Amino acid sequence: MDKINSQEALLAAYAACKGSLALRCIDKHDINSPKKEILCCGGTGCHASNSKELMDNLRKAIKEHGLDNDVKVIQTGCFGFCAQGPIVKVMPDNVFYVQVTPEDAAEIVEKHIVGKQLVERLLFVEPMLKERIHDYAKMSFYAKQERIALRNCGLLDPENISEYIANEGYQALAKCLFQMKPAEVVQEVLNSGICGRGGAGFPTGMKWKIAAGVQADEKYIVCNADEGDPGAFMDRSIMEGDPNSIIEAMAIGAYAIGAQHGLVYIRAEYPLAVSRLQIAIDEARKCGLLGDHIMGTDFSFDISIKLGAGAFVCGEETALIHSMEGLRGEPTTKPPFPANIGGGYWGCSTNVNNVETYASIPVIIRKGAAWYSKIGNWQPELDENGNFKRTISGNAGTKVFALAGQINNVGLVEVPMGTTLREIIYEIGGGISGGHEFKAVQTGGPSGGCITKENLDTPIDYGNLSKIGSMMGSGGMIVLSDKDCMPAMAKFYLGFTKDESCGKCTPCRIGTRRMLEMLEKICDGNGDEKMLDDLERLAKTIADTALCGLGQTAPNPILSTLRYFKDEYIAHVRDKKCPAGTCRKLFTLTITDGCIGCTKCKRNCPVGAITGELKQKHVIDQTKCIKCGACIDGCPKKAIVKD
Amino acid sequence: MCCKKLSEAAAAKFAELDAFIDGLGIDRDDPRRRGRLIQVLHRAQAIFGYLPREVQLHVAGKLFLPEAAVSGVVSFYNYFTTEPKGKYCIDVCLGTACYVKGSEKVLSEIERVLGIKADTKPTDDGLFSINALRCVGACGLAPVMIVNGKVYGKVTPAKAVEIVNEYKKLG
Repeated sequence: MDKINSQEALLAAYAACKGSLALRCIDKHDINSPKKEILCCGGTGCHASNSKELMDNLRKAIKEHGLDNDVKVIQTGCFGFCAQGPIVKVMPDNVFYVQVTPEDAAEIVEKHIVGKQLVERLLFVEPMLKERIHDYAKMSFYAKQERIALRNCGLLDPENISEYIANEGYQALAKCLFQMKPAEVVQEVLNSGICGRGGAGFPTGMKWKIAAGVQADEKYIVCNADEGDPGAFMDRSIMEGDPNSIIEAMAIGAYAIGAQHGLVYIRAEYPLAVSRLQIAIDEARKCGLLGDHIMGTDFSFDISIKLGAGAFVCGEETALIHSMEGLRGEPTTKPPFPANIGGGYWGCSTNVNNVETYASIPVIIRKGAAWYSKIGNWQPELDENGNFKRTISGNAGTKVFALAGQINNVGLVEVPMGTTLREIIYEIGGGISGGHEFKAVQTGGPSGGCITKENLDTPIDYGNLSKIGSMMGSGGMIVLSDKDCMPAMAKFYLGFTKDESCGKCTPCRIGTRRMLEMLEKICDGNGDEKMLDDLERLAKTIADTALCGLGQTAPNPILSTLRYFKDEYIAHVRDKKCPAGTCRKLFTLTITDGCIGCTKCKRNCPVGAITGELKQKHVIDQTKCIKCGACIDGCPKKAIVKD
Repeated sequence: MCCKKLSEAAAAKFAELDAFIDGLGIDRDDPRRRGRLIQVLHRAQAIFGYLPREVQLHVAGKLFLPEAAVSGVVSFYNYFTTEPKGKYCIDVCLGTACYVKGSEKVLSEIERVLGIKADTKPTDDGLFSINALRCVGACGLAPVMIVNGKVYGKVTPAKAVEIVNEYKKLG
């Protein structure tokens, strides 16, 4: 692509390449169309399930049939439906194949592309209806979603900037540079109502306004891509699937606040995201969309990547800044805020936003604040000029959730604020897996809490979630069923925060360890009822006294499970029983008279604890049993019980 | 450099690291040179496999930083290790999604079969080491284990042992 040195040049580039997306954006779906595009997911999840080899095989089969000119294989970003990967979508047919193996490539080409017939066995089966879905538009996983931040994921080739430009990319930046003053950009973002998607939910426009108000020669804009919340992977998907939207949004932010330098702080655990982002940065530079005199204007801005090194606390903005400076990632008290002189990167005024926030910015600028603010359940109070004054209730826009755990449709879902948990779990998520009963949803990761059945119909927004003792966090949503033990979940999270505590302040360093020890005792059957009171008191003290968000929120999983599932704790300490049957010290496995002596459990047992002859009742040696449950999973007669 | 006699292989590794650091154009009078530290350590670990004291000292010298600054950073971040790894490095994800799908059982089964604990020394034959990881972002495939970068999804304890045995056969 040639260097783009004006708004006209950008629009000309758009006009020249928008046709390349025609097959993908068409409304009329036609299996008889001779021209086809086969979109293959190239996200981390699908790569792990051999999507690369699948693409090679598809290309080979297409060549063998002499269809190279009409049929193209395109590697796109993540479709968000990772558990069903690798995903293949055929356009313009709008057919969605799941769990496709490299061996299936030949059949797809022969039967579908050449024979114009669907490969039934690869179609997605709707878990509630038990039906195979022929048309992507009818998949309940996608039908209820409103994809704004994820708009290009699964649609565009992330390693090709011309596809991003073909989908109106960089037009928002052009609009800012040529038609808007920096203050107008800030006001637009403020009026849109978008809040920080990293978890805290601070209005993005307000953050920009503060940074823009600082008088300084050197300012930085930072993208926080240190997605540390275990179970959340929307930032990874966006960077892998749509890296250009981050670059465009950072340039818009830089223009709005007056920054010259951009930095993306990204986890080293995400190598694919790092490489895609680097490709996009290099391409944008070549096209004159980054660097000196962007699109021929006086605005100059460039972005570089900073790698993290595995520390959860670095998601906190002051810790993140220290890490970028080559220090231990320890947080400092605010103020000074990063936007203040002396508070940011090398002491310069610095603005930090999350990946998902940035991904929404170009659309907000292009379609306008009025459009965005109407999505979701936001009720703002406006001043006489129609500008944002304060939020009365709710939030604007959409939020991406990473749906995981005991649920049928695991993946990324983007829904308007105010959607209820019930809609997400039962309509989009397809219900609880394995016929189990819903127990709770853990949101906000190690800093969050659980939401129970009673609150399934609460509209989800930042305020409502904290009212019911949880939090939005970065959007991890772990669904738990009756087979999950809540004290054990709290123990799991405390194990995490104990490891990730940076050690700077005492309440967090020692407190998380003490709380973990208590939870270990409780789960091992060594706790008493007094311990529950001690645990609660300690948890509240730490929440009040820790230095940064990590420590202040570390007790949340305990406080929220104590609030909603006290009976489970009591069962552990008083009756020495684990109702969910997961705490290994609190149950034994025994074989009942239902045993038919099929020897399956004996073969499944990894430690040889089961003895018995064919067609005779088997016995478990309790001294050898490690309670892994492999015997239960294999027993055809359900003759092994936990007690 | 602290080691008097370097084997040729080690010398080549130090030379590779030096070439990388020299390319960064570090200025000893620039207080912001420290900002390069994590990037350099990533490269050093990629070259050496781990960050023993002599490598840390070397990096400190090349960046004109006190050794304490380097060691403080190495010990803070989970990604950096001061112990050598096995030929096959098994990462087991203990992120929440993997945890609720039973990754703890997978980890304890691998630990039992190999007779080593996660995040400690490798097996005596130097073939395997185990790391417990926090979320690799492949939650759709939970539980996940990774051997030398190759991701295995939806692993069960039995499947994990099969995978380990495959690598054992390779030697």
